[in-house]
Amino acid sequence: MSAPAPDPIRHGEVVLRVEHLVKYFPITRGIVFKRQIGTVKAVDDVSFELHEGETLGLVGESGCGKTTTARTILRLEKATSGHAWYRGRDIFTLSGKEMRELRREIQVIFQDPYASLNPRMTVGDIIGEGWRVHPGVMPKNRRRARIHELLELVGLNPDHINRYPHQFSGGQRQRIGVARALALEPKIVICDEPVSALDVSVQAQVVNLLEDLQDELGLSYLFIAHDLSVVRHICDRIAVMYLGKIAETGDEYQVYDNTAHPYTTALLSAVPIPDPAARHLGRRILLEGDVPSPADPLSGCRFRTRCWKAQGVCAQTEPELIDRGQGHPVACHFAQVEFDPAR
Amino acid sequence: MMGPGDLVPDPLHPEGPLPAGGPGRVDQRGETARLPETRGLWATAFRELLHKRSAKIGLFMLAVLILVAIFAPLIAPFSPTATVGIDEGIPVRSAPCIHLFGCDSSQPQHILGTDGNGRDEFSRLLYGARVSLLAGFGAVAVAVAAGTLLGLLSGFFGGRIDNVIMRIMDVLLAFPSLLLAIAIITVLGQGLINAMLAISVVTIPQYARVVRSAVLTVRENDYVAADRALGVSTGRIIWNRILPNSLTPLVVQATLGVATAVLEIAALSFLGLGVRPPTAEWGSMLAAERNQVFTAPHLVFFPGLAIMWNVLAFNLLGDGMRDALDPRLNR
Repeated sequence: MSAPAPDPIRHGEVVLRVEHLVKYFPITRGIVFKRQIGTVKAVDDVSFELHEGETLGLVGESGCGKTTTARTILRLEKATSGHAWYRGRDIFTLSGKEMRELRREIQVIFQDPYASLNPRMTVGDIIGEGWRVHPGVMPKNRRRARIHELLELVGLNPDHINRYPHQFSGGQRQRIGVARALALEPKIVICDEPVSALDVSVQAQVVNLLEDLQDELGLSYLFIAHDLSVVRHICDRIAVMYLGKIAETGDEYQVYDNTAHPYTTALLSAVPIPDPAARHLGRRILLEGDVPSPADPLSGCRFRTRCWKAQGVCAQTEPELIDRGQGHPVACHFAQVEFDPAR
Repeated sequence: MMGPGDLVPDPLHPEGPLPAGGPGRVDQRGETARLPETRGLWATAFRELLHKRSAKIGLFMLAVLILVAIFAPLIAPFSPTATVGIDEGIPVRSAPCIHLFGCDSSQPQHILGTDGNGRDEFSRLLYGARVSLLAGFGAVAVAVAAGTLLGLLSGFFGGRIDNVIMRIMDVLLAFPSLLLAIAIITVLGQGLINAMLAISVVTIPQYARVVRSAVLTVRENDYVAADRALGVSTGRIIWNRILPNSLTPLVVQATLGVATAVLEIAALSFLGLGVRPPTAEWGSMLAAERNQVFTAPHLVFFPGLAIMWNVLAFNLLGDGMRDALDPRLNR
């Protein structure tokens, strides 16, 4: 499996390179004497690169391993195998001390703003917590003023520093989460569905906030989402995941307008069209059947049971994520990669 | 690298959901006015508690009990161990005599009568509150401390540690609690401290289980993951994040547990395994006079009433706490 080819409109150097990341969860039975009766292959050989200043979208339906990928990169879960390189250092082999140092560089924003803030801590304490672990980032006498700045930066009233999370709305809480992630001045922010728990109007505000912060601070985002229109809005490149594997990666134009993988096609056709008059124009592809269980994956292509293009070869050989020369790798035997003269 | 001063305090979205304030309200000296509505969850819960009738009654009953225990030497007319009735020449187990209510003033006044040794029942009852409260709180404190520790370890680390701890707890739970307490006292020897320890050991599993289940829910919260992503140490996560957020059910359980402990101390004393004889203790007072229940009912009635008062106080308080704290759990 080849790593994704360099993006034609790449921003800067590669800050995060994930190689052949695998995360299996054991299924055990028994209370005292546990025995393993299977594995859930949550993430199964995923590779991608994140460039400086870039937003990489990771999309896919729920249960396809997006969040597990993020959690594994952050070492909140232990990877079964694979590597994640941050500027040449393998995150998975760092010692405890080195890892703590690296945590400054990679921060995370969580999906549920209600579960991601400790209800017993004030906003100021939540945002300032990182500086207890990394005292070098911010001198003590600057911290309070800095929390004020961060609250302003994310569009909150700095006077609310002593409030508790339950005194805020969902969108405001998510902004607190953003402020916490930014407190350590990271290079990479992993956004794990940062807007899917929010109202649509608030979603737009948070997405715009994230974009503005990126421009201002030069952040790289790994943006996990299942909402394709949000992803199209914010992401430079997109990786589509299905059942623990990447189905297709490419820039916005390649994935949205030049879709090559049938799964992506189906996924895109499911995006609601806001204009009623235009609805009949789009052809909706309704996938049949359910996602196969990640505990006992299919032979060959994982998507073949729901794919209208599936043929004999799909059941026998697993399609690899291959770049067919357009910088648009697709894992499908019948990928619809077209030559694009504009490039 | 972004320096601390690079960020201009310019809100990117002044149209954000906060109407009040805005950019002009930054206080660069880092002082913030304390907002009146800023209250911690515990403070909010306590206010809620005061709105519950059962909790109010429970708190009142408990306050009476605590005042009695503290000021027993001032309120009690006699020493709890002096055989004053015999010195005064009145028969043992004499009925209550209150001058105010028409008892002959030639008789010495004993509000609740005297017991089988001619001691003043009222004084003994007052002093009994000390033993009862102390033993109840002591037993629960030890059990809560041990149970919390075990529950935290068990719930947070899971796996083999969890298995070992919880199976031991299951073994403890398999015994009828009083029977196990008696067995422990048989080993340790009779006495109040040992009775307290016995009751602690017997009730540890309750607290360990409550804490463990709370920890299991709390540790899955994203704020714990966020702390780990920040690099916060495991010890700090357990102590400063998991524990405070797991305390709510424990507080309720512990309050109700005091009632049980008081009852069990009384039961052990009733069986002669608790306090040593001259000490005033409600359970042993009951036990000493149980055969005189028809000839001198006041000697059984009032200690029983006292035990009930104590148990009721904690039960009402615990009930009120559960009501006051539970909705917060889901917030």
